[in-house]
Amino acid sequence: MWNSPEEFLAMGGYALYVWSSFGVCMAVLLIEPLSIRARNRVIIRRLQQVHLADQFDKEGSN
Amino acid sequence: MSNVNNFSNSRLINWFKLSSPSTFYPVAGKLIPIFWILTALFGIAGLWVSFFVAPVDAVQGQGYRIIFIHVPASWMSMFIYLVMAVWAGLGLVFNTRLSAMMAQALAPIGAWMTFISLWTGAFWGKPMWGAWWVWDARLTSELILLFLYLGFIALQASIDNPRRADKAGAILALVGVVNIPIIYFSVKWWNTLHQGASVSLTKSPAMAQTMLLGMLLMALCFWMYAIAVGLMRVRTIILERESHADWVRQLNEVRK
Repeated sequence: MWNSPEEFLAMGGYALYVWSSFGVCMAVLLIEPLSIRARNRVIIRRLQQVHLADQFDKEGSN
Repeated sequence: MSNVNNFSNSRLINWFKLSSPSTFYPVAGKLIPIFWILTALFGIAGLWVSFFVAPVDAVQGQGYRIIFIHVPASWMSMFIYLVMAVWAGLGLVFNTRLSAMMAQALAPIGAWMTFISLWTGAFWGKPMWGAWWVWDARLTSELILLFLYLGFIALQASIDNPRRADKAGAILALVGVVNIPIIYFSVKWWNTLHQGASVSLTKSPAMAQTMLLGMLLMALCFWMYAIAVGLMRVRTIILERESHADWVRQLNEVRK
C-alpha cells in the first residue's frame, strides 16, 4: 500500500491532520499513567514518613 | 461456626469481600500488568490494521484514518461515563466506599477520552468539512459530556468531607446520564453535519470489514487501557483516603 516511508508520512496530503490526531492521542495516553505514578509516589512517601515517625515514637518510649 | 465459614469461602471469588478496599488493593495491583499487556497487544494489532491493512477511502483518501482513534475514543467517552455513573449510584445506594472511589478514579480517563474525541474530530472536520468546529448536535452534546466530567471532578474536589463529596458527585453523575442517549441518537434526531453511525447494532456496517476490524481492535485497546489506568488511580485513591487504616500501615511498600 505504501511505496516509501515518505509516502507513509505524507498520508496522501493529510499529514498534518492524521499525525496531529494520533500524536496528541498518544501524548494524552502517556501523560495519564505517568501523572498517576507521580501522585502514587507522593502518598507512598508520606506513608513511609508516618511509619518512620511511629517507630521513633516507639523507641523513645522504651 | 466453622461450617458457615467454609460455606462462604467455597465460592470461587467472594465478591462481597472484594468490595472492601483492603482486599481489593492487592488484587488490583496484580491485575494492572495483565491489562497493560492486553493494551499493548490490541494497540499494536489495531495500529497495524489502521495503517497497513485498511484500504484507502474512496472519498476521504488517507485522511479518513483518523477514524481509528476518533470512533473508539468517542465510544469510550460514553461507555466510561455510564460505568462511572453505575459505580457512583452503587456507592449512593449501598454506601460502599470502594464504589465511590471507582467512580472518582474513572472520571479523569473519561474526560481525556472525550477530549481525544473532540480533538481528533476537529482535525478530521477541518479537511473534510472545512471547519474545526461547528455547533452541531453531535459535537455540542459531546462537549457537554466533557463539561459533565470536569464538573464531577471539580465538585468532588471542592468538598472537603470525602463521603459528602461522594454523594454530591454521585447525584451529578446520575443526572448527567441523560446526556448519553442524546449524544448517541443526536445524528438521528437532528439534521447534523456529523455523519450517521458507521457501526450500528441493527444493520450491517456500511464499511469495509478491515476498517471495522481496525476500529474494534483500537476500541479494545482503549478499553483495556481505561481499566489499567482506572485500577492504578483507584489504588492511589485508596491509599490517600485510607491512610489512617492499619492495613495501609502494614503494607510492604510503606514499611520499607
